[in-house]
Amino acid sequence: MSVSIIVLVGVLFAIGTYLIMERSLTRIALGVGVLGNGVNLLIVAAGSAPGDAPIIGRAGETTDPLPQALVLTAIVIGFGLVSFILALAWRSWTITDDDEVEDDLEDRLIARRSDSRAKSGDAPHREDVS
Amino acid sequence: MTNALLAAPILVPLAAGALSIVVRRLVVQRIVSFVALGIALAAAVTTLVRAVAPGDIQVTRLGGWPAPIAITLVADRLAAILVVVALVVVTIVLVFAIGQRASDEHSWFYHPTYMVIAAAISQAFLAGDLFNLFVAFEIMLMASYVLLTLEGRDEQIKAGTTYVVLNVLESLVLLTAIGLIFAATGTVSMAELPERLAALPPPVATGLQLLLLVAFGMKAAVFPLFFWLPDAYPAAPSSVTAVFAGLLTKVGVYCIMRTQTLLFPDALGDLVLWIGAATMLVGVIGAISHHDMKRVLSFHIVSQIGYMVFGIGVGGAAALAATALYLVHHIPVKTSLFLVEGIMERDSGSSSFDNVGGLSRRSPMFAVLFMLPALSLAGIPPLSGFVAKFLVVRAGIDGGHFVVAGIAIFVSALTLTSMVKIWVNAFWGEVEPASRTAVRGVLRHHPTMAAATVALVAVTLVIAVFSGPLYDFALDAAREMTNPATYVSAVRGTP
Repeated sequence: MSVSIIVLVGVLFAIGTYLIMERSLTRIALGVGVLGNGVNLLIVAAGSAPGDAPIIGRAGETTDPLPQALVLTAIVIGFGLVSFILALAWRSWTITDDDEVEDDLEDRLIARRSDSRAKSGDAPHREDVS
Repeated sequence: MTNALLAAPILVPLAAGALSIVVRRLVVQRIVSFVALGIALAAAVTTLVRAVAPGDIQVTRLGGWPAPIAITLVADRLAAILVVVALVVVTIVLVFAIGQRASDEHSWFYHPTYMVIAAAISQAFLAGDLFNLFVAFEIMLMASYVLLTLEGRDEQIKAGTTYVVLNVLESLVLLTAIGLIFAATGTVSMAELPERLAALPPPVATGLQLLLLVAFGMKAAVFPLFFWLPDAYPAAPSSVTAVFAGLLTKVGVYCIMRTQTLLFPDALGDLVLWIGAATMLVGVIGAISHHDMKRVLSFHIVSQIGYMVFGIGVGGAAALAATALYLVHHIPVKTSLFLVEGIMERDSGSSSFDNVGGLSRRSPMFAVLFMLPALSLAGIPPLSGFVAKFLVVRAGIDGGHFVVAGIAIFVSALTLTSMVKIWVNAFWGEVEPASRTAVRGVLRHHPTMAAATVALVAVTLVIAVFSGPLYDFALDAAREMTNPATYVSAVRGTP
């Protein structure tokens, strides 16, 4: 595994992680793409040294076909994931005019409930009454 | 050795899904789906019988390739019974979905996606190498993304976004873990990994194990990686949530079980144990604080996962047997609770129990349908949940983990509290004006949904009645798990 590839994997992971932490879904899609390629590169780098095509009956040093097969599958899956996220972003944009990942509504309700209870002292709760 | 029966629970639903994409008539799609699930279930039951009677671990090498090259499917006792339970639940929920007459079941890609998720769940249980497991996860998640956002409504997209992003991240962590494991050992086959992982330097092995635990833990929704679940699951229609709740997280638990027994035996048990304790507590506290029935039930998933993870953390044949039994009991119980919730939501138009009341007066039968799985979940004897909880806690006490066992009992009481809260609000009290149109009877207005729910509740009762033989079976399964050598030699094809 050459050092330059390892460094490249690290850089791709860093960029991908940064992008995934954004609120905008399109950036997250980009992040998933970059991070996914970082992982793919990692798997390729994890294979043995490069060599001849691994075809049965051919002599000499061949390369390990397993990581190639794995990465091929992973690339297809990654492509599907990014497309789905983009579709989500588009749908979100047609509904709300932006593609931000929002806080959860119920969580906000509960946070507000506990806030108001803290302000008004120990007010009886609705469920306790029934 | 090609054993086509083992591949059937994966390939038949997949083929049915493909057919359903071509034939878009709803009636045909329904017939195709049920026929496919029937065939898959028959094959799974046969596999289970074979895994029990001669006691062999069933192995299939796809394409007839020799041992290290082929994609292997492996069914030991645990995998075999989980596939059977999963397919039974999936079939019953499909009946429910049809009865629900929701717009989603009428959309032409509901059936194909549903078949794909059934196939992927089977594949995840049967996968004989890590990469195949990853692919199964991806298929399962991709199908679940589509099912969750099927109607494309605003809140579905919102919840779906969180769910998709989090699970994509989980997939990437899993893939990274697999890549690093491959880099360290040069294999992804579950048959070769135990030996080669044991030969690694301990810090490397621990790092790899932690990566796998993070990936599977996210999927299983354990503390502190559970937060996405209660936000995401309630957004889907009840029939979809029921499948997610019953099966998807359990696939994660199953994978943690494999990691802890086959790949890294006896490593980090205490960590897993305390994660289990924290998961139980946090989940049940979340459940108590919420007012929406879907939310409450979603938090209960988290809390119940804690029990299973606790059992895995204790380790040893007795605890693993208890965990296996817990898995088998939990899948139908949790799913049936969501089905009951689905009927309630369809009947009253709301899943918040602030808006529902007097259900037990309107339909005592419906109240019983809720009561049975709810009490089972809380662990009240003589229901299946009691047996499972008792065994897990006993294994914990035998292992000397008194504090966590105490937490488990305490959480059980809190679970009961939260179920009573649902009961008091939704089943007692005044009949809400909104639902006065159908004052008497709930079930008779929704015959198909009711039939599906009754069938599933009956399954949970059967598990309770046969919990003795089932525990013996689980003990055998646990002995297989605690002795990875049998698994390894079966997969390699060496006697």
